[in-house]
Amino acid sequence: MAIAPDRTGIYEGTRVPRPIPTVLEVPPHLRGSDDILSVNFGPNHPSTHGVLRLVVDLNGEEVVGLEAVIGYLHTGFEKSMEQKTWWKAITYPERIDYVSFQYNELVFVLAIEKLLELEVPPRATWMRMLLCELTRIHSHLVWLGTAALELGAISMFWYCFRERDRILDLFELVGGTRMHTRYFQAGGLAEDIPPGFFDECAKFVELMPKGIDDYEGLVDRSPIWLERTKGIGLLSAADAIALGQSGPVLRGSGVDWDLRRAQPYLAYDQVDFRVPVYHNGDVYDRYRVHLDEMRESVRIVDQALRRMPDGPWIADDRKVVLPPREELHTSMESLIHHFKIVTEGYRVPEGEVYVAVESPRGESGCYVVSDGGPKPWRVKFRAPSFVALEATATCMSNALVADMIAVVGSLDTVMGDCDR
Amino acid sequence: MAADASDGAYARVPGLVETKHAHGETTLVVDPARLREACTYLRDELGFDFLSDVAAADYLGWGANGVSGSIGTAAGRDLNRPNTQGYQSLPGQKPKRFSVSYHLLGIRSGAPRVRVQVWADDGEPVQSVVSIWPTADWHEREAWDLMGIHFEGHPNLKRILMDEDWEGHPLRKDYPIGGEPVRFSPAE
Repeated sequence: MAIAPDRTGIYEGTRVPRPIPTVLEVPPHLRGSDDILSVNFGPNHPSTHGVLRLVVDLNGEEVVGLEAVIGYLHTGFEKSMEQKTWWKAITYPERIDYVSFQYNELVFVLAIEKLLELEVPPRATWMRMLLCELTRIHSHLVWLGTAALELGAISMFWYCFRERDRILDLFELVGGTRMHTRYFQAGGLAEDIPPGFFDECAKFVELMPKGIDDYEGLVDRSPIWLERTKGIGLLSAADAIALGQSGPVLRGSGVDWDLRRAQPYLAYDQVDFRVPVYHNGDVYDRYRVHLDEMRESVRIVDQALRRMPDGPWIADDRKVVLPPREELHTSMESLIHHFKIVTEGYRVPEGEVYVAVESPRGESGCYVVSDGGPKPWRVKFRAPSFVALEATATCMSNALVADMIAVVGSLDTVMGDCDR
Repeated sequence: MAADASDGAYARVPGLVETKHAHGETTLVVDPARLREACTYLRDELGFDFLSDVAAADYLGWGANGVSGSIGTAAGRDLNRPNTQGYQSLPGQKPKRFSVSYHLLGIRSGAPRVRVQVWADDGEPVQSVVSIWPTADWHEREAWDLMGIHFEGHPNLKRILMDEDWEGHPLRKDYPIGGEPVRFSPAE
C-alpha cells in the first residue's frame, strides 16, 4: 500500500479546485509531459457503483488530474413524470434512486401533500418513518457491503446482504414487492399495515444490532481496512458546505447537520435518536457515520414499532384518495370518484414547492411546479448522489490511484440517482 | 452571525423585485442582472451558506389550451378552461418563459430556507453563481443541458447528462417526446 504525502488530520484552507470546482486540472509544469498517462476509469467498472466514468491523469501512481463524466444512466424521469398524472407519477421517483427507493417516493408524496394542503393521519406518518428508517439501514448495508468489497473485504458483502434480505422480506410483507414498493400514497399509505408485520419487524430489530457488531468486528481493527481508509479522501467542513455535500459525507467532515433534527418532518421530533458526527473528513469517518446511523435507525424503528398509533392509514379526502374497495359495489359516488382519480387524476392547486428530506445519501429534495392540472408541470429532484460526485475532485487532490476506489465508494453514490 | 431571515432582512437584498409567500416558503424574485450581488448578500449577510438545488422550469404554453389535462389535447377537450370541470380559473401569467430557482439553506438552528428566482426568455443569459457556491457548477450545467439556459461566467458550461453532440434541450416543453427511431436490422 503506497502512502499518500500528507495523511494526518484535516487540511487548512480550501482544496476546491479553481476555476472549475469539479475538475482537477493537471498542474502547468506537468502538462504535455510524457509521464502523464490519461486513463478512463469506467464507465463499466465493478467499483463505479453503476456507470460512472472518471477521466484520470496519472503521474506514476499519483492522481494529478481528474474529471467525472456522468449521464450514462440518464433516463429522463423528470420529463416522463410531466406526462403522467400525479397519481401515476408516484411510481417513478422510486426508480430514480433504486437503493433508497422509499425516500424519493416520500419526498414526492410530501410535495404533493404540501401543494394540496392535505392532512396525513398519524398512523401513516409513523409507518412512513418506520419504513424510511428500514430503507436507510438497507441502503447503508448495500453501501457497506459493496464499498468494503471493493477494498477486498469480500466477506462483508455476504454479511451485509444477509441482513439486507431480511429488510426486503419486510418490504415484501408490507407492499407485496421487495423493492419499489409504491406503498406511499398522497394522503397516507396505499394499504393498511398487514397483520404479522410488527412481529416480524420486532424480530429484525432484535437481530440487527448483532449484525452491526459483526460488521464492526470484521473490519474495525483490520490493519488493511484502516490503512486504506484513514486519512484518505479528505474533505474539510467548509469545503463540504461549499460543495453542497450532505448526509454522511457532511457529518463525516464534522458538520453536525441532519434534516431529521434541524427541520423535523414526519414524526422525527417525537422520537429519540442521536446524530453521529466525526471530524476527520476521511473515508474512515464516513464509514463510522454509516455504521452509527444504522444503530440509530434501529432505535427509531424500535420506537416506531412500540408507539405506532391506531386509526386510519390514509386521509379521508375523496377528491384525492381512492375510496375503499368494498364501497365500489354499493356506492355510486365512490365508483365515480374511483373512476375519475384513476383515469383523469386529481388536480393539484397551482403553485411551486421545494421539499427536502434526509435520505441515506443526504438531502434529497423535490421541486414541484403545478399549473392546477392533473399532471405535474415540472418535477426536479435534488439528487444527493449528483452533488456528492461534485466533491470527487476535491477529495482526490493529493491522492493515489488506489485510493480512488475508496474515495468514490465513500461518497456513497447511486448512479441512477445521479443521472435521473 | 447571520441576521434573522425575515422580510425586513430580505428587503435589503440587492436587485429584489418581489417577495412571495406560499405554502410556508419564501420566494425572492431577483433581477437577473444583479443575481450574483443578491446571492453574495444572502450568503454573507443572511447566512445562507448552503445551496441545495438549482431548478430551471420552462413555462412555454403555461395556461394555454391543451397543455394541461390528461385527456385534453390541442384539438380536443381542455380540462383547464374556465367553466369546464375542475378548477374554474387559468393559472396566473408568468413574466417570462424560463424560471431558475435557487434553493438556499442556512446551516444553523431553525434551518431557514429561501428560494431565489430569476426569469429569463430564450437566449437571455443568467449570471452564474459558481463563484459563490462551487456546488452550482453541475447544477448549472444540468440546467444548460436540459433546459438551455445560458449561465454567464460559468467556467465550464457544457452538457452533463446528455451526449456532447446532442441537439436540443430535452426538458423544454417544445421538445418532442416519443423516443427516437431505432433500427432493428441493417436493412431498415
